[in-house]
Amino acid sequence: MIIFSILAAVAVFSAVMVITRKSPISSAIYLIVLMCSLAGLFALQGAFFIAALQVIVYAGAIMVLFIFVIMLINLRDNDFGIDKRKIQKYLGFIFAAVILLQAVFITGWAMKEFSNETESAMSSEFYQSPVDSLDQEDYLSAESVAENLFMRFAYPFEVTSILLLAAIIGAFVIARKSDPIDDEGEET
Amino acid sequence: MPGLTHYLILAAALFALGMFGLLTRRNAVGVLMSIELMFNAVNINFVAFSRFLTPEALTGQIFAVFIITIAAAEAAVGLAIVMLIYRNFRGIEVDKINFMKW
Repeated sequence: MIIFSILAAVAVFSAVMVITRKSPISSAIYLIVLMCSLAGLFALQGAFFIAALQVIVYAGAIMVLFIFVIMLINLRDNDFGIDKRKIQKYLGFIFAAVILLQAVFITGWAMKEFSNETESAMSSEFYQSPVDSLDQEDYLSAESVAENLFMRFAYPFEVTSILLLAAIIGAFVIARKSDPIDDEGEET
Repeated sequence: MPGLTHYLILAAALFALGMFGLLTRRNAVGVLMSIELMFNAVNINFVAFSRFLTPEALTGQIFAVFIITIAAAEAAVGLAIVMLIYRNFRGIEVDKINFMKW
């Protein structure tokens, strides 16, 4: 619980920092801190493969891409802060607060229903402390994820490769300097 | 021991913060960062549900893998669009890009 509290506090703090910093680079660095604390949360839940994937893909690949683009387009600090206009700030705050309250209320209501059901229906050691009962499965996390991924979810996995191919080609075509096929293009 | 409720509330808080950033940022890179934040909040939910509701099936973790993949693809295409917008407009403020308004 202590580790969870620390990691959650770091995550929420760095999320606030991500959306309020004026400098894009420090915003990106706080986003990396957020990814790493979330990886700690995943590891706390026994999902070690997802934790490793979070660090490698998010904190490694995606954030490097972000920082690369920030460097490449020479983003200045005064362009990056929160919107100066009051109306958009307040409306955004109200909208986000409504979403948060809705989610928290639904969570509390569903959890009450859920715990009522589990107390009557399920055995208590399943719900009480799943982390303690899984000391053997912890080591098998990556293995069982791989088993599921390549046996039960093999078809979505292959479809994902097509999605990635489309993303590669799309990113390449979009970010290319000029279109050699399109003769009457108006790119500068 | 943190229960499912703690994880869900943390995810809701991160999602709301990402939503606030998405609505108030004027910069396209900041908007993309907020979207990544919201992807992460959803990931917490998936892993927590997989952990507490179906601890032997691991379906939520598989979905988290897919979400990370899709986030990578989205970031690549989104940043490519940001580069294109910067090249054409000399700036990436999202409220100045209004040529698709009509």
